[in-house]
Amino acid sequence: MIAAPLHLAGERLALDPAGVLAWPAQRLLAVADLHLEKGSAAATRGRFLPPYDTRETLSRLAPLLRRWSPQVLVFLGDSFHDRDGSSRLAAAERGMLAAMLAGIRVIWALGNHDPVAPHDLPGEAVEELSLGPLVFRHIARLGANAEISGHFHPKATMPTRAGGVTRPCFLADGRRVVLPAFGAFCGGLDVRDPALAAHFPRGGRAFLLGRDRLYSFPTRAPALA
Amino acid sequence: MGTLPELFAAWFAARGWSPRAHQLALLEAAGAGRSALLVAPTGGGKTLAGFLPSLVDLAKNPRPGLHTLYISPLKALAVDIARNLTAPVAEMGLPIRIEARTGDTPVNRRQRQRADPPHLLLTTPESLTLLLASPEAAQMFAGLHAVVVDEIHALAGTKRGDQLTLCLSRLATLAPAARRVGLSATVAHPDPLRAFIAPDGQAESVALVLGEDGAPPKLEIILPEGHLPWGGHMGLASAPEIYRRIETAGVTIVFVNTRAQAELIFQALWRLNEAVLPIGLHHGSLTVEQRRKVEAAMAVGRLRAVVATASLDLGIDWGAVDQVIQVGAPKGVARLLQRVGRANHRMDEASNAVLVPANRFEVIECTAAIEAIAAHELDGDPPRPGGIDVLAQHILAMACSAPFLPDELYAEVLRASPYAALTRKDFDDCLRFVEDGGYALQAYERFRKLFRDAEGRIHVRDTRVARQLRMNLGTIVETPLVKVKLRGGPILGEVEEWFISTLTIGDCFIFAGQLLQYERLDPTAAIVSRGGEGSPRVPAYAGSRMPLTTWLAARVRAILSDPRRWGGLPEPVRDWLAMQRLRSELPPRDGLLVETFPRGGRWFLVAYTFEGKLAHQTLGMLLTRRMEHAGLGPLGFLGTDYVLAIWSAFEPTDIAHLFQEDILGEELEEWIADSSMLRRTFRNIATIAGLLEKHHPGAEKSGKAMTMNADLIYDVLRRHEPDHILLRATRAEAAGGLTDIARIAALLARARQGGIRHRVLEQVSPLAVPALIEEGREWIAGGAEDSLLAEAEALVAEATDGTDHFYGLLAEVTDAVPSRGERHVPRRGGGPRKSRFIRHAGKAVTG
Repeated sequence: MIAAPLHLAGERLALDPAGVLAWPAQRLLAVADLHLEKGSAAATRGRFLPPYDTRETLSRLAPLLRRWSPQVLVFLGDSFHDRDGSSRLAAAERGMLAAMLAGIRVIWALGNHDPVAPHDLPGEAVEELSLGPLVFRHIARLGANAEISGHFHPKATMPTRAGGVTRPCFLADGRRVVLPAFGAFCGGLDVRDPALAAHFPRGGRAFLLGRDRLYSFPTRAPALA
Repeated sequence: MGTLPELFAAWFAARGWSPRAHQLALLEAAGAGRSALLVAPTGGGKTLAGFLPSLVDLAKNPRPGLHTLYISPLKALAVDIARNLTAPVAEMGLPIRIEARTGDTPVNRRQRQRADPPHLLLTTPESLTLLLASPEAAQMFAGLHAVVVDEIHALAGTKRGDQLTLCLSRLATLAPAARRVGLSATVAHPDPLRAFIAPDGQAESVALVLGEDGAPPKLEIILPEGHLPWGGHMGLASAPEIYRRIETAGVTIVFVNTRAQAELIFQALWRLNEAVLPIGLHHGSLTVEQRRKVEAAMAVGRLRAVVATASLDLGIDWGAVDQVIQVGAPKGVARLLQRVGRANHRMDEASNAVLVPANRFEVIECTAAIEAIAAHELDGDPPRPGGIDVLAQHILAMACSAPFLPDELYAEVLRASPYAALTRKDFDDCLRFVEDGGYALQAYERFRKLFRDAEGRIHVRDTRVARQLRMNLGTIVETPLVKVKLRGGPILGEVEEWFISTLTIGDCFIFAGQLLQYERLDPTAAIVSRGGEGSPRVPAYAGSRMPLTTWLAARVRAILSDPRRWGGLPEPVRDWLAMQRLRSELPPRDGLLVETFPRGGRWFLVAYTFEGKLAHQTLGMLLTRRMEHAGLGPLGFLGTDYVLAIWSAFEPTDIAHLFQEDILGEELEEWIADSSMLRRTFRNIATIAGLLEKHHPGAEKSGKAMTMNADLIYDVLRRHEPDHILLRATRAEAAGGLTDIARIAALLARARQGGIRHRVLEQVSPLAVPALIEEGREWIAGGAEDSLLAEAEALVAEATDGTDHFYGLLAEVTDAVPSRGERHVPRRGGGPRKSRFIRHAGKAVTG
């Protein structure tokens, strides 16, 4: 497991190949777009997706909390798939989440899917968090600086000698980082999509998630432009 | 034998016709109230035969209400037949109303049809399902006398066929006396089709009526002038000969095997088209409007030729088609015959067809197909069990129509032949899946779609369920597609999303018969402009190639192994085989020839397996794993329809061990669980069963395209509930529906019984050359390796030039990018040697 170093506003950050961002100097870990209870949200509309997504997402997050043992954990919004998601959390998963968060300062940045603080869970809900030179929020703002956000679920396709390989990715330039979605049921948005590319007017660098490391490519290279 | 009433006899006589024996035979079966299957070649008056008993009955005994239901696999066919039947009915002055009902029928007419149905209603399996899902179904169909199913050979064995048999079962419950008529093109085994249409799933309950054979088709093979190619499948070398044939005939259909090939042949013909003959293009990725335009031009004789894929295999009578040209190997005898039958839709005249093999192996395959047709031998797939996903859709549809008792519905489903062996457990699990997902973790109790009343009857929760059914109806699942749109112009059609993802701005490709340049991807379409420079690419479509049928493969082996049968082969092919006999040996009819030889610093193993590309790809994966375990250092492999070639660092020995049948044990299990084939199967099943929303062609993706990703759901479900009904259905379909595993088993058994002939050669043998030429070309789906390499190269250069410095050294960045083709292969812990092509690629996320 090799985390990639990234410098933003003079701060040294680490991109974890599992899709989370660490800020070692602050013992801070940021994770975006868990979309917990997406399965049950679909079930309310008559699509009975497997009811295991929350359990799966949390079980992927748990070892990352052990690895980085953060003092601050920032959820970058859309932590629950919908406003009622946190109320639908089954007892087992609620207990699992509470145990994971114990002893950690938890920040819930609000997202468009979950514009309210989660029901009956520890932590403070904020629109955004400023810490040192950095700002954490759900949706990137055009022209912002030193910003860490989620929302777009970036993914990128790399042509290789045996066809394109598509993976979720971090997308970064000298001013901002957009995190990949962490949720088990989250698909992605291609980094070339105008909605996402607009935030990287001079192109960015995509870090595709791999099993043990990230694979990084400039998005303005001929293959990704 | 039945006799025609006077009115009808006079109508036939006025046209100078006399009723055909099979038409009278169907009348007789109908008179006895029996169901019947009519097997007759194209152009035998089959459709009229199917309707004749209904017309006669209604003429004798006019009455209102729905009398006969006609079901065809094609919307266009239903509409066309409605039109064709109107003429005789009007000429005889019969009081019969005929209407079509498809997805294109206006809403007001559909409503009227339900309140006041026509005598003859012509429809498709999907529209029938919707009718049966409506609360009025019982009333509408109660008086039904007959059901006619057209092109039944194209429906049996498919999921649409499964859906149809379930509907027929329901119709039998609503109208027990209705007889059934199946209409089929010539098939090898009519009995499975009789069972398919039978009210009780038993072939014996259905009378078999065979039409007279038409005049045998005139088939010939043409070769390119000059050199006969060793490899390749496009047949471009023969374009001048194809063009000359088009010039000499009135109207020609040029059939090809893939859409990519259609584009290339179309281009090649237009380059030669000095006479500016009107030549059109028809394939499934073009817009419906474009296809209709070509079909219309064809029907009125404004086209001299159309280059077409399977999109024209079935369907409407084009009238005067003078010849059919098949470019590339036919892959199956029944398929070839179907295509040949498109010429001259009149059975007493011979169809003219020309086969254009693209390479030497294909010459043999074409010869084998012609011999098979002359010997009246056809290939055909055995029936397969019905899909659980289709059943889930059907259960929901039936619940929308009226409350039901599970016992009764189960009994009804068993009467549909594909479901005759359905276990009660699978039925119950499927029902539970429809109710609330059927998960072991009962999380969705309060969101149930169905509920049970005190008597155990199942009801739908509310009307939203019916709406969802309509949205999800159908058994054809589209792969994710992207529209191709000319900047400031019309939409040209759709290509698969992954193809667009491999394009770079400025890349050009051939589509819809035009050279196009990729400009950008906007939220709704890939924007292109005309023209462009550099060598163009051609969109390929996953899974669009038909594999060689087992049966035709056996004939190819028989020809190869027996020099006495080479007489009909062209000279270059005979020389080629003779040289093979001299340098190595001929592949035996039974048993298996394996050659090994060194070349370019590596060892090659070529196995003459003849089991089709899909089976060879699977076998290649399995064999290379075994070679890896044996420390042979396999480096890559390639499967064509005929052979499997593997290259390795060390000399392969103990070939018998490699091909032992136990390779289908643990290694297969391991491999299969993570294979992309299973993922694809799951995606289709989950969509048809209603777990995922159906991709609606034409519906625009939102700018933030975050559609539910089937791969992710598959992974989560597999981890948490591996025995869920949808995963069971996925495994069953992958194992049974795709015949490649069965074909590998048959091949290994043949090798054991007939013996393995291992020849250690000093150099490549003549027969191995075609496969080695393909090395690196067909290794990748889509065959776009060169441009992919160029892109990857440019990318690496960029990646290392960047001002910001990351940890990646050049080697690190390039070496470890896992590729799509590799993700079938899970990592083996600490094996003796890591080969370059077997490397773990974590989960690939798409969509």
